[in-house]
Amino acid sequence: MSEIANESHTAGDAVLRVTDLQMHFPVRSKGLFPKTIGQVKAVDGVSFDVQPGETLGLVGESGCGKSTTGRTALRLLEPTSGKVEMDGIDVTRMSAKDMVPLRRKAAMIFQDPYNALNPRHTVGAIIGAPFAVQGVEPAGGVRAAVRELMDRVGLNPEHYNRYPAEFSGGQRQRIGIARAVALRPHFIVCDEPVSALDVSIQAQVINLLRDLQDEFGIAYLFVAHDLAVVRQISHRVAVMYLGHVMELTSREELYSRPLHPYTHALLSAIPVPDPRAQKNREHIMLSGDLPSPVNPPSGCVFHTRCFVAQDICKVDKPVIREFEPGHQVACHFPITEYLGSTLIVGPDPGLTPESDLEGRQDGDPMEQAGDSDLIHEPGTNYTDGTDSLIDPGPGLWR
Amino acid sequence: MTDLSPAPRRAYIEVEDLSVQFPTEDGLVRAVDGVTFSIDKGQTIAIVGESGSGKSVTAQAIMGLVNARTADVTGHVWVDGQDIVGMTDDELRKMRGSTMAMIFQDPMSSLHPFYRIGAQLTEAVNVHNKVSKKEARDRAIEMLQKVGIPSPEKRIEDYPHQFSGGMRQRVMIAMALINSPSLLIADEPTTALDVTVQAQIMELILELQQEYNTAVVLITHDLGIVADAADQVAVMYGARVVESGVIDDIFYKPEMPYTLGLLASVPRLNQVRADRLDPIPGNPPSPIRLPSGCVFNPRCVYKDRVEGDLCATERPALLPTDLGHMVRCHMSKEDREAVATIALGTLGRETA
Repeated sequence: MSEIANESHTAGDAVLRVTDLQMHFPVRSKGLFPKTIGQVKAVDGVSFDVQPGETLGLVGESGCGKSTTGRTALRLLEPTSGKVEMDGIDVTRMSAKDMVPLRRKAAMIFQDPYNALNPRHTVGAIIGAPFAVQGVEPAGGVRAAVRELMDRVGLNPEHYNRYPAEFSGGQRQRIGIARAVALRPHFIVCDEPVSALDVSIQAQVINLLRDLQDEFGIAYLFVAHDLAVVRQISHRVAVMYLGHVMELTSREELYSRPLHPYTHALLSAIPVPDPRAQKNREHIMLSGDLPSPVNPPSGCVFHTRCFVAQDICKVDKPVIREFEPGHQVACHFPITEYLGSTLIVGPDPGLTPESDLEGRQDGDPMEQAGDSDLIHEPGTNYTDGTDSLIDPGPGLWR
Repeated sequence: MTDLSPAPRRAYIEVEDLSVQFPTEDGLVRAVDGVTFSIDKGQTIAIVGESGSGKSVTAQAIMGLVNARTADVTGHVWVDGQDIVGMTDDELRKMRGSTMAMIFQDPMSSLHPFYRIGAQLTEAVNVHNKVSKKEARDRAIEMLQKVGIPSPEKRIEDYPHQFSGGMRQRVMIAMALINSPSLLIADEPTTALDVTVQAQIMELILELQQEYNTAVVLITHDLGIVADAADQVAVMYGARVVESGVIDDIFYKPEMPYTLGLLASVPRLNQVRADRLDPIPGNPPSPIRLPSGCVFNPRCVYKDRVEGDLCATERPALLPTDLGHMVRCHMSKEDREAVATIALGTLGRETA
């Protein structure tokens, strides 16, 4: 599926194209006459595109600029420089008024389902708001459309007149999702949509997002810090560090053959819920914390924590380049040998059978054998038949 | 059955039928309901569960931090032969910080913003030891050094806001371990941290545990951290322990449907199983209105394997299924093993 996404990169195709985006926030001095004394370089030259019906995962640690990138891409923030195109239309300097019709094509799902919904509005009013704002009158009326949406995301349409406080976290996130898909947008920025949810609810919401993507052909920019969640949902993944994209490639490539030392470290730092595999993994321990984006390191921003950094990394900032077809990396010394950090023990759906066994650490033989019949092609239906999202649970408990 | 029950020997920490109830206007909140587990020095038990499952209140009850005026604590918490439940405030204060210590989730709100970290660390020393200022300060510097804070003799003069999140958590760990406690409770110690920092902090905790031979109670919702750090696991759901055992039992031979559901639904870094995850249906229960019978029965997909409506009416007991492996489920052992194969079969994992 990612092959499709990688091949057809003709301009105008992408639902979102971001070119050399910069988002700097001024740091002002205190006092009566504040002066700008610095810049927080939250996003510092980021380029990517999102193809129709595709999910681009945007991962990184807190403060790396992934959320700011998502917000800037929707023009919720005014970019410092660079270009943002929606459906081939340059919106970088478009006025708020001119943006209104374009807003129909894009939506956002927020991290915190408790603060993203107005507590004084009923669910019906919240989900129906996009129709009112855009002046859209759906066939059959707004009320019927909202009820249909509620049903679609796994909420009981009878709860039309209830308030957000009466719903659990997972159900509130469903309300937010229903609102986002109300106008059938071309793409949605999902800002950590499942990180506030309990583990058993996360899977329900991830499945719902995938189903809606298949049904409506929505593209997602999926901002998250959890690499396991991103692996589950993304076709391609961009890894960010301190305002820069360090690596951008297909999911299969990123998790089986990462190139950037930061990606290696990130993958090795995450414990896997499998004690035997976890004990056999190689750990790359990064020293120190994320440097301040006010005063980022010279050269490669990662060189202060990098385990392969050389002198050139301190002075020369690596430009993101295509190291292999469809695999971009911003590093002077990409790691091509196997470090044992990524630990792929089961084949990815979508990997060709002959390419997926090299460079593997030993896993369960069972794990390598399974799943090959579950290869997912765009447009095909999922085969396992489980449909768990239409289960509002035993009531409105939290 | 007798050969399956644990040896009649006292472990270092023994939590016995611990219950915590909060009477509220909306009704009685059963936060912890009959929790039992034990752990020896140098061992780590992970208490896993979702929000509201009672894992944090369990930790607070072990530390004697649950307010007796607002809550009703019953059962026993034996720490080295002494029962924490029923201790007076003075007795508890002597235990806390010396015999047992706690690391909290949010290092910013757990350190006092107005005091230098040196003052906060030496206070912990002075409360339990008769030592000179110099000795207390030296001990604080030594501890900061040990948790990997560079130039500790300078940083000891700093305020908490001058430290990053990871560094603050290191300070918290230094403070917790400054009197070499034999029990350390870590309540979501890395949840507020980034993954690369989380790896550092977990390694530090395990390193210091080995050095001091500490018993660690690790509260977490992250099965990855459990797999990384724990020797024993207690899975909590709806205020009860629903399954407990050594780590390999829980991850490779689980028998309780909730544990199965958890393992099957969590997205994994090291494999993409299918394009759809296999979630547990429904929502976690409210501690005010816990379901009758088995707390998991409204979400359980295997309850039709039990005759009649036993699951909805009768509360299953936490019974041994194997040596040191306890399960709270009405299904027969054959059925439990069969559903484990079904649930984890989609994982492509051996269950034997």
